[in-house]
Amino acid sequence: MLFFLITLVSARLDGRAETPFDPCRSCHEIGPGAKNRVGPHLDGILGRQAGSVDGFAYSKAMLKAGEDGLTWTAETLSEYVSKPRDFVPGNRMSFRGMVDAEDRAALIDWLRENSGAKPADDVTAVSPAPTVSSDMASIVLQTEGDPAYGEYLSTECVTCHQASGHADGIPSIVGLPRDYFIRALLAYQSNIRDNEVMKLITSSMGNEEMAALAAYFGSLSPN
Amino acid sequence: MTTTTRRTVLWTLGAGAAALGMPSILRAETKPRVVVLGGGAGGATAARYIAKDSKGALDVTLIDAAEKFTTCFFSNLYLGGYRDFESITHGYDTLESSYGIAKITAHATAIDRDAKQVVLADGSKVPYDRLVVSPGISLLYDSVPGYSEALSEDAPHAWKAGRQTQILKEKLDALEDGQKVIILPPPNPYRCPPGPYERASMMAHLMQAKGLTNSKVVILDVKEKFSKKGLFLEGWENHYPGMVEWYGPDIHGGIQHVDVAGGTVETDLDTFQGALLNIIPAQRAGEIALSAGLTDDSGYCPIDPASMRSQADPDIFVIGDASIAGDMPKSAFAANSQAKVASMTLRADLLGSKLFPAKYANTCWSLIATDDSVKVGGQYAPGDGKIASTAGFISQMHEEPEKRQANYEESLGWYKGIVSDMFG
Repeated sequence: MLFFLITLVSARLDGRAETPFDPCRSCHEIGPGAKNRVGPHLDGILGRQAGSVDGFAYSKAMLKAGEDGLTWTAETLSEYVSKPRDFVPGNRMSFRGMVDAEDRAALIDWLRENSGAKPADDVTAVSPAPTVSSDMASIVLQTEGDPAYGEYLSTECVTCHQASGHADGIPSIVGLPRDYFIRALLAYQSNIRDNEVMKLITSSMGNEEMAALAAYFGSLSPN
Repeated sequence: MTTTTRRTVLWTLGAGAAALGMPSILRAETKPRVVVLGGGAGGATAARYIAKDSKGALDVTLIDAAEKFTTCFFSNLYLGGYRDFESITHGYDTLESSYGIAKITAHATAIDRDAKQVVLADGSKVPYDRLVVSPGISLLYDSVPGYSEALSEDAPHAWKAGRQTQILKEKLDALEDGQKVIILPPPNPYRCPPGPYERASMMAHLMQAKGLTNSKVVILDVKEKFSKKGLFLEGWENHYPGMVEWYGPDIHGGIQHVDVAGGTVETDLDTFQGALLNIIPAQRAGEIALSAGLTDDSGYCPIDPASMRSQADPDIFVIGDASIAGDMPKSAFAANSQAKVASMTLRADLLGSKLFPAKYANTCWSLIATDDSVKVGGQYAPGDGKIASTAGFISQMHEEPEKRQANYEESLGWYKGIVSDMFG
């Protein structure tokens, strides 16, 4: 699994031990001072109403599930994580699912122990941009994206990635943080993330195109 | 001329037309009028993008003879039992209610290019300032000796989705063990290059699932090569050993005659017998493009590769299967991609909006068996006077099952994506 591989690599670089949470870490923060990233922060996740973190751009489906009474417990989380697309149809979490019940139990045990911390005072604050100057992503991040150009380029993306932000087998790319979006494109371009279509699509993209797309999709909200 | 003057003039024209008892096709509006012919992957996308991006500044009308559109893409999955018919059939309601597009459900019989209007079957006329022509293909039934449109009830082509697809499904479901299906794929160029071979895969899957282990799919091809050939041959060997036979012209020597009533296909080599004949004849652009003089000798419509504008008429754009799109295959993905370039150019024509360099994309997924999907894709840009390929990929043989399963999931996501991009 893509996210899993990426996380393993970053975990080693960080010197962190492997945990059941690793597949989640590329999108979710947890622990003291956690903020929203691609997904909402997960401090206090157990017992939390679905779709209830302030300032996170949830799908309408997840907001409605919360309003209809969905609360994250060991049971509901396990069911959700087994196949997110089926449990809350129309939600925008791009995760195919954790098939093995033991893996899910281990993840939920880990969350029980690690989700008790206090999140950041302002969970919506965007994490600082990477500072390593040789990093390709930081070069693209310094390019100002033209949202109008991005809107034109986006017409190629939305044949597969739904403009509504729904994820039905293809990840949602609506409302993503700029740095995450650009890093993902670079990872496809350099084959760190393995997908032929995305490698092809990104092969003709320069800094300007990536920055424009990040600016445009970052400006959209899921519905 | 000021806006007020122009509005007055048009309003007067409209009133004059009404006074003369003419059909009320001249509307009392100043908005430039865009008409889109054909509500498929090209036309529906074009109508939606033109309406959406012009933010009410253009009057958009979409004409299609059908109330609802059944997608040719994924119709093979319906044949194989993976989808139901409703799941591949879509209405135009959202395009009307959320995008302000006027949908006319009528057969368009002609384009009067001098008067800049589309003529409908009842004789009424729909005027346009710019016209998008996306009629898909027409079938040349007599390209297969012995075949005809009338015989397509008994030997369905199912190459235009809808009732034909249902007829083929009914006949497939009625097959008994030991009975054969014969597929006659068309010559190039045609709609959906991997389609006949994905269809053979879905037929074999259905036979296998129903325990018709003595049944077979026989493909009598007029081409030596076809899209994803290696991948299909490998897949058939793996999943359906002995159940799919493919014969190219080197082997059968040429198709002489089909006898639909007798269920036979006569070739130089032999006469093949099938309980079900699936005959897919040669193709060219939809009839209306031909009668409007938009086609060349090839039977398809030459376009400007930077804009999809017809080479025969600057006020007309031709997109999708009917166009000569250079290196791009005739696919829904390609039509959807071309629609966006045409829409951008058309808006620039009428509203002066910004033009960006044209670029095009295509990806085609084909399902060989459950969770075994292969794909081919390309990127394209204007070059050498055509839409030229700039990069591409194709699935590899002997890939991991996980990868093929991920392809399948991706194809399901694409279906949802393109359908929402077409119909809102």
